Amino acid sequence: MIEVIEVSKSFNVGKVNQFDAVSRVSCRIAPGELTILKGPSGSGKTTLMTLIGCMARPSSGRIVLSGIGAGSLFGQQPDAEIEITSLPERFLTGIRRSAFGFIFQQFNLVRGISVLENVMLPAYPTGVNHKVLRERALTLLETFNIARHASSQVGLLSGGEMQRVAIARALINDPSVIIADEPTAHLDSRLSREFMALIEGFKSAGKTVLIASHDPIVFDSPLADQVIEMRDGALIDGSRP
Amino acid sequence: MNRSLQRHLNILDFALSSLWRRKGKNLALLAVYTLIIFIIASIVFFTQALKREADLVLQDAPDLVVQRMVAGRHDPIPVSYGTGIAAIRGVSEVTPRFWGYYYDPVTGANFTLVASDDQELKPEAISIGSGVARTSRISIGDFLPLKDIKGSPVLFSVQKIFPSSSELVAADLIQLRQEDFQRLFDFPAGRATDLAVSAGNPAELETIAAKIVHDFPDTRPILKSEMIRTYDSVFDWRSGMVLVVLAVAVLSFIIFAWDKATGLSAEEKKEIGILKSIGWETTDVLLLKSWEGIVISLSAFLFGVSLGYLHVFFFSASLFEHALKGWSVLYPEFKLTPVIDPYLICLLFLLSVGPYVAATVVPSWLAATVDPDAAMRS
Repeated sequence: MIEVIEVSKSFNVGKVNQFDAVSRVSCRIAPGELTILKGPSGSGKTTLMTLIGCMARPSSGRIVLSGIGAGSLFGQQPDAEIEITSLPERFLTGIRRSAFGFIFQQFNLVRGISVLENVMLPAYPTGVNHKVLRERALTLLETFNIARHASSQVGLLSGGEMQRVAIARALINDPSVIIADEPTAHLDSRLSREFMALIEGFKSAGKTVLIASHDPIVFDSPLADQVIEMRDGALIDGSRP
Repeated sequence: MNRSLQRHLNILDFALSSLWRRKGKNLALLAVYTLIIFIIASIVFFTQALKREADLVLQDAPDLVVQRMVAGRHDPIPVSYGTGIAAIRGVSEVTPRFWGYYYDPVTGANFTLVASDDQELKPEAISIGSGVARTSRISIGDFLPLKDIKGSPVLFSVQKIFPSSSELVAADLIQLRQEDFQRLFDFPAGRATDLAVSAGNPAELETIAAKIVHDFPDTRPILKSEMIRTYDSVFDWRSGMVLVVLAVAVLSFIIFAWDKATGLSAEEKKEIGILKSIGWETTDVLLLKSWEGIVISLSAFLFGVSLGYLHVFFFSASLFEHALKGWSVLYPEFKLTPVIDPYLICLLFLLSVGPYVAATVVPSWLAATVDPDAAMRS
């Protein structure tokens, strides 16, 4: 469970150009469900996701995580309840690495290295044996039908292939939550539907999925358990289809 | 395997991969860095080896040499002074020495002629250094003509050539009998070039020297320790001269390395953002950049020092021997005995690896302290 309570995020606080990207947002994301954050550009979707994904701290409000396996980082039960709002960076990084898998709009793959290395990259600091890691990455690449490109450089792949590499990378540490920011922005309709089919697989595997998108193929998908609509940093509606 | 060690290995693996994908820039950097360390290491090895050779030469030098001075210039000393000096308490032996220089207009070389008390040396026979043999193209049994003071040639037969192991000392050396030496230069009878004095107790040398000056005011005693100091200052001066040139080169390199290492490209900054967003801590990024810096600078250090060692001890410092070995036309051909001073190697290591790693890590640390959500917005 991810519980967002009255969360706000402001930039340039105290200056003339202060900007409130997220304003007093509250919502709950249930485990194993697909939640869509819907809204136009600048509505605060990405900012809210970065706060939930431990990439940034809110200016006010609380975010509580439970049942995502991050408790062991604090010597507690894996599914224990943790409030992440005021944690130091080291702990936020630990949660981000173990509990969240990120799929970025621009894929954010590292150019010049192989597909296989890109997939393994998030797990390098965890100290997992390189051979084990390699096998895990190859299995993921086979799952997404891109194992033949394992030794290729990412710059040579098509948009759809790059996204599948990004998805494989997001799964390398076996996270319980997948966060995707505008994942279909650079895909045509066929590839967008293929992406949603992959999301269905994640749901079946019991993973919690959070997607920010203004693509109807995503937010109108029957897979969505909850669509949260945002505008100007605030919540318009939170409803279960 | 320990997780911490495996983390280092994983990040090192990625560091190598990162370096390789920018191989043009990094190989150029490695080449320049290796060249600088090679030059510094060569000079360190060379001067250390030369100092050692000089120390070996001076081991056999007399404790004290007494010269006669006339009008501030070195003049042949009466051999009779030896009797008075030998009477000074603490002096164990006084030996007159006969030596001088001979300019050979044919080869344009200066030879050092020394009278020897070697009983095996026949009249009008000489022992020569291999530099003399090489320059005059003569070998054992051949004759070397030397002009006497009146300009008449005197033929000396070559009886022996000194082994190449003594080349640094003996390259330009010609040994001959004392009477031949005196005849060749018309050296005044009862005089010697100088007197070599030995003392039973080296601690008394300064007192003995003072007494010699007191008893023979026209003499100048030179202590062995003064000769060692002069040799040291000569070699230090030579290495010092090169080090001044090197300092400029090293400074240029530091500016070059600083520019290369600190100039994080937009792509590198973006990559750091990506690494942070996918779960790398700031310390992980710093570890990655440290490994990159260590791989470049340590490789340059090892290549540079190894090449310097080969250059000096296997190729006789061929790149700068003419500038450093001497100013005669008789360049010695010899292999220096390897001498490595661990202190200087450690110093070279710290000065080559430390600054480069710091120049790599500091800008990365600045880039790595950005919020990881920057990658989400790129």
